Amino acid sequence: MCSYITEKAEIFASAKGRSGWMNVDTAVIYYDHPTHIPLDHALNIDFVNSATKERVAVELSAKSARELIRRIQSALDSGEAIHLGSDDAAEPERALCPLF
Amino acid sequence: MYRDIIGQEIRYKGHNGVEKNAYFSKPIGPGPFPAVVFIHHVPGWNEVCIETVRRFAHHGFMAISHNLYAEYGEGDADDIGARARAEGGVSDEQMLGDTAGAMAFLKAQKESNGKVGVMGYCSGGRQAFLSACRLKFDAVVDCWGGRVMVKDKSALNAKQPVAPIDYAKDLSCPILGLFGNDDKEPDPDQVNKTEEILKSLGKTYEFHRYDGAGHAFFDWSRPSYRVEQAMDGWKKTFAFFGKHLA
Repeated sequence: MCSYITEKAEIFASAKGRSGWMNVDTAVIYYDHPTHIPLDHALNIDFVNSATKERVAVELSAKSARELIRRIQSALDSGEAIHLGSDDAAEPERALCPLF
Repeated sequence: MYRDIIGQEIRYKGHNGVEKNAYFSKPIGPGPFPAVVFIHHVPGWNEVCIETVRRFAHHGFMAISHNLYAEYGEGDADDIGARARAEGGVSDEQMLGDTAGAMAFLKAQKESNGKVGVMGYCSGGRQAFLSACRLKFDAVVDCWGGRVMVKDKSALNAKQPVAPIDYAKDLSCPILGLFGNDDKEPDPDQVNKTEEILKSLGKTYEFHRYDGAGHAFFDWSRPSYRVEQAMDGWKKTFAFFGKHLA
């Protein structure tokens, strides 16, 4: 495909990259040519610290990405049932930006 | 075959006269040599681009691959490519300005024979097609350029406001197109329609379609690589540029 079509989300998160743990504030998501995984197209996610420009990159097959969506939802559903509300106050207020 | 070549990173004046980096290679010798601008694809200005430039030098061409992402800083090509994508990528206007600068750099070399072609893979193929319509090149090789034809006009935006095919009447030079029949972008129907338009406009073109190949079949670093089709495509590329850039 090789386009600039991209989804972008503001997130409150941490990731471990080349320089160790860091805050990441943006997830850039696109389905296009990957760099490493041996597929023509992959679901690519870059977790980015927009101040330093450092990123942690993940490349997933489409099937893997859908499985991950399902597992994330499952983990949230079961985890939130136990820990409901306990971390809400720690996250700053911010509007999620699904499209860019 | 020129075994003795020079390859080096150089500075050239890109869009709006801004100095940027590029990789340049040429055979060692007095020339005169034809030249090729190689445009990198969306994922970045990577090793494949550098090797492609050196390959042209081995075959008797001066060649340059200009870094369209120079403004996004230094680092691994994939990281810079990701940064460029996240910030919306480069506009066609900037790409054309940079490509015109790369062409001017080649023409200014003392070994130049005055002829310059342009080539690119994937989005670079689209950009090569567009450059050959908007700038004065002597030959163009479009390798599976996606989005030359735009099915859904809503996909056009401020940075890519016009489908390259809409400039086809202004195509300044002969075109060689290389495509895989298993490709989805461009798919065989898009390739056929592009060919029909070039034919109706009376343009000089050669289109070659390969069975058993999809997208990016020249790229030795990806599973899409197809050795027989790629080697035949390179043979046709050198013959085409050899004829039209002589």
